[in-house]
Amino acid sequence: MALKTETMILNMGPQHPSTHGVLRLELELDGELIVNVKPHIGYLHRCFEKHAEAMSYPQVIPYTDRMDYLASMYNNFGYVIAVEKLLGIQVPERVEYIRVIMGELQRIASHLVAIGTNGLDIGAFTPFLYLFRDREKILSLFEMTCGARLLYNYMWVGGLSHDIHPDFVRLTKEFINYFRPTITELNNLLTFNKIFIERTANIGVLPLDTAINYGVTGPSLRGSGLAFDIRKEDTYSIYDRFDFEIPVGQGLVGTVGDSWDRYYVRILEMEQSLRIIEQAIDQIPDGDVKAAIPKRIKPPKGTVYTRVENPRGELGYFIISDGNLNPFRVKVRAPSFVNLEVFGELCKGHLVADVIAILGSIDIVLGEVDR
Amino acid sequence: MKNPEEIFELLKKEFPEAILGIDKEAPTEPIILIDPPQIKTISLFLRDNPELRFDSLMVLSGVDDANGTKVKDEDGTDVISGGTLSVYYHLHSVYLKHKITLKVSTPRGNPQVESVYNVWRTSDWHEREAFDMYGIIFLNHPDLRRILMPYDWNAGYPLRKDYKNPEFYQGMKVPY
Amino acid sequence: MGLLDKEFSDGNVVIAKVDDLFNWARLSSVWQLGFGLACCAIEMMATSASHYDFDRFGVIPRNTPRQADAIIISGTVTLKMATRIKRLYEQIPDPKYIISMGSCANCGGPYWEHGYHVLKGIDRVIPVDVYVPGCPPRPEALLEGLLKLQEKIRNESLRKKTV
Repeated sequence: MALKTETMILNMGPQHPSTHGVLRLELELDGELIVNVKPHIGYLHRCFEKHAEAMSYPQVIPYTDRMDYLASMYNNFGYVIAVEKLLGIQVPERVEYIRVIMGELQRIASHLVAIGTNGLDIGAFTPFLYLFRDREKILSLFEMTCGARLLYNYMWVGGLSHDIHPDFVRLTKEFINYFRPTITELNNLLTFNKIFIERTANIGVLPLDTAINYGVTGPSLRGSGLAFDIRKEDTYSIYDRFDFEIPVGQGLVGTVGDSWDRYYVRILEMEQSLRIIEQAIDQIPDGDVKAAIPKRIKPPKGTVYTRVENPRGELGYFIISDGNLNPFRVKVRAPSFVNLEVFGELCKGHLVADVIAILGSIDIVLGEVDR
Repeated sequence: MKNPEEIFELLKKEFPEAILGIDKEAPTEPIILIDPPQIKTISLFLRDNPELRFDSLMVLSGVDDANGTKVKDEDGTDVISGGTLSVYYHLHSVYLKHKITLKVSTPRGNPQVESVYNVWRTSDWHEREAFDMYGIIFLNHPDLRRILMPYDWNAGYPLRKDYKNPEFYQGMKVPY
Repeated sequence: MGLLDKEFSDGNVVIAKVDDLFNWARLSSVWQLGFGLACCAIEMMATSASHYDFDRFGVIPRNTPRQADAIIISGTVTLKMATRIKRLYEQIPDPKYIISMGSCANCGGPYWEHGYHVLKGIDRVIPVDVYVPGCPPRPEALLEGLLKLQEKIRNESLRKKTV
């Protein structure tokens, strides 16, 4: 005779060390198996879109920094591209090169945190310390350029806030030489670690059609095996000039699209970012980075939607201009917001302990989920 | 790969009443205007037609058009009456690599749009957000609750242009 | 400390004021609640990681409020979150200390004017011991904030209530 059982509700967050900020998960459990997950978000809703309507176009840039605070450079990047498209201005070559280099350095820095915290959540403390050590090196490159460690306000409409430091090129090359071997070190330490593989392989498998229907982008989509990268797909800035590959999940240790694949795509992507920086760093042309900055930014009436490949996926800015100094409406398509939707689907049937492994592998930033 | 004009012609042939027009003034990318109750049928067509295959909804955004008349309410602040709220759908085909933007406009007094939850699951949270921020009702959405604001927020819809912030929320002072 | 060295060399009896001893113990192991809110949390993580090493001041993140001594409010506090922070604060046993990190937690920061869902300063909800300015404060600034907190603890007396 079957025993009559009922499910139990377990609350996780908003204060929880492994929810990457202030996410609250309502887990419905059958014993230790997850029946259903309901994410509750909005604990960091900072009203970005209201602020954008109240500020002039350049004043919005610092607020874009604070959305995805692990990839501030890239948030600037997406926004200025959108406004430039609306204005119809071309930026100097030098600016384009510096933007790409900064963007790719930011991608590495962001992936370092993603990988480090993913390991930390499931018990590997050492890689976290190693990766933060390396991240500090990138931050000091940024600091040298614009004076800020985390929130840069570096890319301006039509240009940059500062030119690069005379030592920047040399130090970036040094960093590349330093960083290549540490990826191998990281692979030995964490990626192919038996415990880590046991915790992540075959956990949270995301089939490709589900991923597309849910609109998942970035490393999470590529982990499922589709080589979809906006840098190649819908190329922007000068990404078409560089030679790089799009790594996809292959199911090396488990199924295609599991947590380990999403994790490993990030490792491979860091390598590709290094390649792009290497190609770009020697080609930076001379010029003035502030030459094209308009005195008064007043785009014509119209709407624009641009998207860039943020470290977490497709970052889109939908801007409506009514011909005034302030945007009429700015809507952000935040990759973490969309990627988090599929999370409930991934957790079904797994154990409670797998929740954080899966959450770490889709790499959300709550500032961007809630905006 | 098709350009927006071709997609518009195709849709116009298929749904003569539901397609209200196309707006293609630069610098705007072309936007196809659609009758709100028909959006789900058209979305299904766009997704399933082998020539179109719009399998991914990039973003769904609510917009307050603020095109009504401004009237003073009893305590002297401006309130917008009449006009429309709009919803923009940015679609993309992963395999065929084309993009299109749809727009529906619905009256501000009674904003109702058919939900596309069953077409693209992405729209789930996006529709909840549009409801949260603008009060647009998405018909047949299975779980239309507030998403970013607290569930017990009763001071209105914050991104509407005539929104007034309350003085207190649960005993905490809200303005600076 | 410089408090105990002489006494130790002469024998194994320690003579100190209870106040000094308690304060010394408390300030040397300020266990913080492992809890991040927004951008400042990343700087807080950087402070506890390899370069800046919060651990050398005795700061270890504890994941439950019942074993913590201090909260670092690291980031923007929204109205939805404020009630939860209040509850976390109430769960911490006395004596408890609050470091408000960054402009958002101090006064609303860049969100002070149009932030319809942002609490303009955590001190509207719970009492604050040390304010660290910056957006976000550098790790050095947070370390300085901790040193200020230690100074405050050092001057406390058991006779007075701490909060």
